[in-house]
Amino acid sequence: MATGTDTSSLAAFVRERPFGIALAVLVAVLFVDLFRKLGAGGITVADLAGFLKDGTVLGLSLGLAGIGLAMTYSILNFANFAHGDYITIGGVAGWIATFLVSGLGSAELESLALLTASSRTLGVSVATAPVAIVVGLLVAVVLTAAMALLIDRLVFRPMRGQRGISLLIASVGVALAVRYLLVFTLQSGPRGLTAGPATPSWDLAVGSGTVTVTAHELTLAALAVALMLGTHVLLRYTTFGTAMRAMADNEDLAQVSGIPTERVIRTTWLLGAGLTGAAGFLIALERGALTTSFGWQLLLLVFAAVILGGIGSVYGAMVGGLVIGLASRLSLVWLPESFIIVAAFVVMIVILLVRPEGLLGGVTTV
Amino acid sequence: MTTPSTDTDEAATSRPAAATEDGTTGAPLLQVRNLRKSFGGITAVDGATFDVDRGTITGLIGPNGAGKSTTFDLVTGVQTPDSGQVIFDGTDTTGWRPHRSANRGLVRTFQIARELDEMTVLENAMLAPRGQLGEQLWRAVLPGVRDEVVKQEERLREQAWETLEFLELDHLAEEYAGGLSGGQRKLLELARVLMLEPEMILLDEPLAGVNPTLETKLLERLHALRDDGYTFLLVEHDMDVIMNHCEPVIVLHQGSVLVEGPPEQVKSDDRVLEAYLGEDV
Amino acid sequence: MSARLDGPLAAATEWFDGRSDAALLLMLAAGLYALFTLVSLVLGYDLGGIVNTLRRITFLSAIYAMLVLALNLQWGYTGLFNLGVAGFMAIGVYTMGMLSTAPTTSPPGLGLPLPVGIAGGVLAAALVGTVASLPALRLRGDYLAIVTLAFSEIVRLTYRSPVFETFSVGGVSLGTGGSTGMSLPTNPIRMLFYENPQEVTSPPSAFGEAVFGTFEAIGVRAPVVEGTAYAIVLLVFVAGVYGLLRRVGNSPFGRVLKAIREDETVASALGKDTRLFKIKVFALGCGLMGLAAILWRIGGLASTEDFRPITTFYVFVALIIGGAGSNTGSVMGGAVFASLLFEGPNFVRRVATQYFDVGFGQTPNTIFEAVGPLASLDLTPLLAYTLSDVNVSALRLVLLGVVLVYLIQNRPEGLLGHRTETAASVDLGERPGGEER
Repeated sequence: MATGTDTSSLAAFVRERPFGIALAVLVAVLFVDLFRKLGAGGITVADLAGFLKDGTVLGLSLGLAGIGLAMTYSILNFANFAHGDYITIGGVAGWIATFLVSGLGSAELESLALLTASSRTLGVSVATAPVAIVVGLLVAVVLTAAMALLIDRLVFRPMRGQRGISLLIASVGVALAVRYLLVFTLQSGPRGLTAGPATPSWDLAVGSGTVTVTAHELTLAALAVALMLGTHVLLRYTTFGTAMRAMADNEDLAQVSGIPTERVIRTTWLLGAGLTGAAGFLIALERGALTTSFGWQLLLLVFAAVILGGIGSVYGAMVGGLVIGLASRLSLVWLPESFIIVAAFVVMIVILLVRPEGLLGGVTTV
Repeated sequence: MTTPSTDTDEAATSRPAAATEDGTTGAPLLQVRNLRKSFGGITAVDGATFDVDRGTITGLIGPNGAGKSTTFDLVTGVQTPDSGQVIFDGTDTTGWRPHRSANRGLVRTFQIARELDEMTVLENAMLAPRGQLGEQLWRAVLPGVRDEVVKQEERLREQAWETLEFLELDHLAEEYAGGLSGGQRKLLELARVLMLEPEMILLDEPLAGVNPTLETKLLERLHALRDDGYTFLLVEHDMDVIMNHCEPVIVLHQGSVLVEGPPEQVKSDDRVLEAYLGEDV
Repeated sequence: MSARLDGPLAAATEWFDGRSDAALLLMLAAGLYALFTLVSLVLGYDLGGIVNTLRRITFLSAIYAMLVLALNLQWGYTGLFNLGVAGFMAIGVYTMGMLSTAPTTSPPGLGLPLPVGIAGGVLAAALVGTVASLPALRLRGDYLAIVTLAFSEIVRLTYRSPVFETFSVGGVSLGTGGSTGMSLPTNPIRMLFYENPQEVTSPPSAFGEAVFGTFEAIGVRAPVVEGTAYAIVLLVFVAGVYGLLRRVGNSPFGRVLKAIREDETVASALGKDTRLFKIKVFALGCGLMGLAAILWRIGGLASTEDFRPITTFYVFVALIIGGAGSNTGSVMGGAVFASLLFEGPNFVRRVATQYFDVGFGQTPNTIFEAVGPLASLDLTPLLAYTLSDVNVSALRLVLLGVVLVYLIQNRPEGLLGHRTETAASVDLGERPGGEER
């Protein structure tokens, strides 16, 4: 069909990277425009600082929620579409525990267990009910991990070795079943969790305005960073971490060299889902509310973070999360609010086209 | 075997020209110049330069890791060379994507036979021919225009049967390719590239996993096809096959050509022995 | 669990294999109609009610059959995992709406003739499919799934955005209606029955009057007659799409698609420009998705709620039921999904409430009130809770998830997936002119 003459290697270089070159130009233009806007007073420094703070908080949420996904993605080689609902399970289970601990005796058991009790009356915050929050966090971790193991046993384990697409489809089934069982038991509709007035917050002066930081944002940020560092150390310096990396590289080889693959898979689910549960709990804490589908709504953003960072990399998930979080909030400089998520997805698609191997080069750094 | 009838003008003009009587063939059909390809720090092909003359069965040998498969990939466009040139039938085809090279008449088989498992043997064979009208969506669908497609399909079906007969696969025509034995897969792969009516076929270990009886038959067929004007470049580990059936033989070592010449000469060359002594022969 | 069910499944498969495609489709249709007639009778519906039930089943089955056929071209034949079905559907519907709704309505449209709007919607979906296929050429399967899903969400959120609720381009006002949605042009089937099809209160035309009169006499009211006529039109569309895609599949084009699915490297080594084939498949498939969605929503409301990812998953479940790779299976999967999985639970609820309603009393508000009485062996509150409207909807989706997992574990090839649908424009069954074997 094509009978044209062959092109030179320079043209080939440009042709192979049309997206990359276009992207670099676009980012440069946006940066120039940002400074122009700041100079012309289109947005204030405080606005920008607010966007950056919100973006960082969202980014850390996504990064934390992404570690578990990155781990199972690299070990089991499939995109787990039920991951979002694991986040929801963590949030729901943890917050039921927190409600029970903080409200037992003062409110009806049923309203606590179904999260329908008034958050205003309960007045939960890290300052007023730290014990309840810690208990909730632990319950979130334990229950999410247990559920992930159960689902692995029922659904994914019988399918070991099958193509990634088959597992992906099965995970869509799991996602639907889990989410709508939650709807069946809890009924849909948003639940308020924390009490705004009881939550400490600080107004920081930035330029001519202020940026408000709440204690819950700080809690999420601090715990996210701590958990990510902890996971990194764990995976870097333990036998489990070595075994996991070996399996991510080449499962057959790992199996031949005597690594108990099933046990590594189990530990991966345990650890990954535990972190996911914690992420669900903390995200709900920071937002002060949850729905039965909040994890599902985060899923694509979490995927974006994980893919961006290069699948299988904990730091990558963190970096990817921050890129996605900041990109979506900074988009407010140019776009109306209804495009926050759109902007994040566009960033993901563009980066996938430019660097399908992820920002950190697809090296499993762990 | 009678040469399968040609279907299109394009294919007719690209029919292989038979080798002249004295064996000299004018310009080489395939010219490989200074091909280079590295992966990370490892240079797989390092300045390989050789020619393949029309109407020959040229052998390409070399110890493991000599770069034979990568050379195949570079020549057929599965991978792009870092530098160097591939000239096929007077056209510079360097960096062409595989389908373009194939349509120009240069095709390859794979080391591990890659069958289209969920297609029948006949479908596999009928996939290959060039210039199929029905590969254009509108022609495949529109009433009226489609009659031409049906006519061409009838011709291709006949041609496919003939080719399968020639390779003694006709009794398996309606089986799924996934159910074939290793040797049968190799034959089917050959049938597929023959259906494309190329000028030159690169065969990557066509005899691996083939039983001795079938092997003899396959080699007979190769000679018959060579006599019909096809040109072959053959990678094979079995030295007997190379020495008895290929002329000339090219020896690759560490990504470049070590020796090139008639089998007897290659066999007695000390450098070749040395290269192979690096591993167990 | 699987061992016990494999027996009957295997037997059913063997039974299926012996039947021709037409016979299978007819038997399925007859079976579903019989089942739903029976259910309607149990529910005490009159003739009008029965016809209306069958109309609804037919309508949904036809729409899903078309969507599944389109997806089957992309995934079943070519192996392209497109999770953006809902997005392409939305593009078809919204483009049609913006082209053909009157400039005077809110949100305003261009007021072009309906055929232009429909053609425009299908073309827009095909065109955007072409653009979206460009990443498909570069990405591996699971990335493609994520990217197409993200793409369909971008489409949905854009149509939903207040920015485009009403906007003007070069002085011409247009709009998507944002989160409230957009009224679409009236269903053209009304032209058959009414003098002024655009007006709700229009008197029937002479033909309409005659037809309505006849059916009114046996208890089938005008809207049901109108809907039934439209359902029959949709069946014609299904037949058309089926015929088209069968031709595509049974051709050299379809042969290359199969080869791409099996091993793209081989296809391209044999001289096939696989990228071009993939682009065409995306364009054609997405265009058909747009068409199916237009036929689904026309005469009603376009709302972004209809184009959430769950709609895509519905189509996938239906395709997996029927078996990826088979056109006949796609139609059957669409019908089985729409009538049994999608509509079925509602009928189960209606039948169950009819029989148990007497003892129900108050429906419990929470799972606690429902489960609590179990201690005293009182099942009724739990049953009442389960059978409430919202909870049946939730359980239907749980069922869908379980069915999906079950199928992919035990029967990934679906009802008809392994069925041979030869990829050639001629019969490959025998060798004409050659000696018989």
